[in-house]
Amino acid sequence: MSTETIKINSKIPEGPLAEKWTNYKAHQKLVNPSNKRRLDVIVVGTGLAGASAAATLGELGFNVLNFCIQDSPRRAHSIAAQGGINAAKNYQNDGDSVYRLYYDTIKGGDYRAREANVHRLAEVSNDIIDQCVAQGVPFAREYGGSLANRSFGGAQVSRTFYAKGQTGQQLLLGAYSALSRQVQKGSVKLYTRREMLDLVVVDGKARGIIVRNLVTGKIERYAAHAVVIGTGGYGNTFFLSTNAMGSNGSAAWQVYKKGAYFANPCYAQIHPTCIPVHGSGQSKLTLMSESLRNDGRIWVPKKLEDAKALQAGKLRGRDIPEEDRDYYLERRYPAFGNLVPRDVASRAAKERCDAGFGVNNTGLAVFLDFSDAINRLGKDVVEARYGNLFQMYEKITDSNPYEEPMMIFPAIHYTMGGIWVDYELQTSIPGLFCIGEANFSDHGANRLGASALMQGLADGYFVLPYTIQNYLADEIRTPRFSTELPEFIEAEKNINERIEKLMSIQGKQSVDSLHKALGLIMWDFVGMGRTEAGLKKALVEIQRIKKEFWSDVFIPGDAKDLNTELEKALRLADFIEIGELMARDALHREESCGGHFREEYQTPEGEALRQDDKFMYVGCWKYTGEDQEPELLKEELNYEFTKVQQRNYK
Amino acid sequence: MEKSINITLKVWRQRGPKAKGAFETYQLNNVSTDSSFLEMMDQLNEQLVAERKEPVVFDHDCREGICGMCSLYINGHPHGPDEDITTCQLHMRKFKDGDTITIEPWRSHGFPVIRDLMVDRGAFDKIIQAGGYVSVNTGGMPDANAIPIPKPKADLAMDAASCIGCGACVAACKNGSAMLFVSAKVSQLALLPQGRAEAAARAKAMVAKMDELGFGNCTNTGACEAQCPKNVSISNIARLNREYLCAKLAD
Repeated sequence: MSTETIKINSKIPEGPLAEKWTNYKAHQKLVNPSNKRRLDVIVVGTGLAGASAAATLGELGFNVLNFCIQDSPRRAHSIAAQGGINAAKNYQNDGDSVYRLYYDTIKGGDYRAREANVHRLAEVSNDIIDQCVAQGVPFAREYGGSLANRSFGGAQVSRTFYAKGQTGQQLLLGAYSALSRQVQKGSVKLYTRREMLDLVVVDGKARGIIVRNLVTGKIERYAAHAVVIGTGGYGNTFFLSTNAMGSNGSAAWQVYKKGAYFANPCYAQIHPTCIPVHGSGQSKLTLMSESLRNDGRIWVPKKLEDAKALQAGKLRGRDIPEEDRDYYLERRYPAFGNLVPRDVASRAAKERCDAGFGVNNTGLAVFLDFSDAINRLGKDVVEARYGNLFQMYEKITDSNPYEEPMMIFPAIHYTMGGIWVDYELQTSIPGLFCIGEANFSDHGANRLGASALMQGLADGYFVLPYTIQNYLADEIRTPRFSTELPEFIEAEKNINERIEKLMSIQGKQSVDSLHKALGLIMWDFVGMGRTEAGLKKALVEIQRIKKEFWSDVFIPGDAKDLNTELEKALRLADFIEIGELMARDALHREESCGGHFREEYQTPEGEALRQDDKFMYVGCWKYTGEDQEPELLKEELNYEFTKVQQRNYK
Repeated sequence: MEKSINITLKVWRQRGPKAKGAFETYQLNNVSTDSSFLEMMDQLNEQLVAERKEPVVFDHDCREGICGMCSLYINGHPHGPDEDITTCQLHMRKFKDGDTITIEPWRSHGFPVIRDLMVDRGAFDKIIQAGGYVSVNTGGMPDANAIPIPKPKADLAMDAASCIGCGACVAACKNGSAMLFVSAKVSQLALLPQGRAEAAARAKAMVAKMDELGFGNCTNTGACEAQCPKNVSISNIARLNREYLCAKLAD
């Protein structure tokens, strides 16, 4: 099939940029209250996007079924977001506006996001703050009682709202409380410790899911008029990431295999400020909030011999005199300094470490130094701002960041790519919607700090509850489904066969050891610096891992029982294939943009070099069958309202 | 600098809520002191899987001390011997070569064991569902700066809201009381003007649900506060008692 045969329709409404969302809402179809009660919606995931969507749909009167893999919806990994949430309130009177938030986001995304989606995101950002305050989210405040703001990377205004270093927690608990209220009312039914293993499509429409009950091992079927996926990103493909241990890409991968396009899988964000790897037993990487870059200064030694002494443990950071320090972000990017976007900061750290200036025993770390801030503001102020982060750092590393500069290194953090959705957040399968990090939509090739929380809540509170009605309005005559339909029986049979196949391998390697091997390949060849040769090698190596996995993995215990190794194995089977698609997408995208850096495409100064004439599109991958090459479809990005430029933070 | 230790583990193993449990002893060598406690558990499980045995089941997820999923009663302390952290933030440098470490699940009537070290904390969700929210629907809210909130009050509300719902307070309490958990949510919302409208009804509903689910009474031993990984203060319990009494007196 050629790429010309399927036309991608993003359903962007007509009209000027700032009026599109208003126009859409004015003309969309709605469902009347008595019909809402008769319509069932499955929401998979209870993070910011999933919980806010489930709660809001429940409030509207739909009958909602909400699933999560943890013991409680409050555990979803949105909870770990530290720094804050952006909104265009302009409370600081520093020149912010909806347009400026839109512009910063689209520029930060390296001009690879849809203008209309990003503008809508900026428009609803203010409603989110109002909503959260009304729920009792305890945002930080000034002495006068008004809300406080801080700055974040990629912006020249202070528009980030925060609750200590626990903003994600507080926003998620807000959404969780709204969700709990609907559970109490009976409009939302919660299904915890359930993992979605397949999507059921009936007559071309998403009509249900198959899940595994993680406590009993039983396979269960659920039917609905529409299905919403809000299951987060696939960063754990790399094994080591800042994601939670249970975060996985399986729900997204299952819907891809059922026909939903997977867009821009290669856009993965590497966060510059994580605690460096300590050894081979490492299970995950801990992020130190980007907000630290407000007051912390990033540096490595100027002299190679100093770096060598640091690596050998003969010298400590604070022993190196000021004139021998290279504050390389301030040197290279004087306008934004330590607050350049994440991708820029990560690559700059890699560049210094590759050149031999790394500061720890592995040579893979740079300093984040607070001594200036402590001298300028006093230890008390620094402690008030970052106390919990400093404590966390000290517990993990046994080093006191008030005395010694922190050591940080980039790590996989967030995936901008994901399931393709149109303006209505509907995937290419009718009746299947995708929200939050799981979709590809708003961050282009790179996400700005404090924008993930904004997008998750925008999708869940203020976008999906509108757009899904445009679909459900045509479903009011569809009666509830039986899960005895042949499509459900078939889907369950396939799942059981897959699980039996995994259990029967009885090989020699543990799931984690294979996952670690996959992670190393991903980090080396599909990580911060990608090359054609490396990506081709990755594709071969991933195939090797896949073969090893399906012939030599060992899963103890019983499938029809609580079985944590089986849970991990099912996820890893999908991670292997996701990794392959990431490499394939990265290989095809012969340019550098945002989180995707192809070493062949850089400016003489080492900055990302886009190829707008060739790659100004969303790369949408369509599944074509087991072990078949997927088909690439292109959604052209037409920038009608914004001038596309090379990103410049100098 | 990285070094490694050899340890003996006594781990509680139990097939299900009704099954009889027992301690199993495992020897674990070459544990890096830089690894976290749960990474040590990963190492144990890798060893068990290599011996073709079933791994020890325990809850964990974010591994950065915020999701509240990890639990574990380590050497008699919820979340282990170190202060102000969850089990996932505990590091092996807190233990010595040759140590024997005893690992148990949360033991409380309110949290039945599911398997090994994994317990069912669904009761906490039910308590929140009974009233741990401000009853507002999405949309149509006044501007976020419309109601000024004095910073000290906002900070107190934030301190109460930092509860991660892990259940260490219940596990630490000899009465199996959930008062610290309940009072944290009641306090957060009672301190803010947004939550005042329903403050009385909320306190009554959440306390009633807590009692109904079989959690014990509070006798002010303070064990919950001492073991709380997030330092949630028992002054919240005093506030809950005040809210509850006022609500009851008004009835």
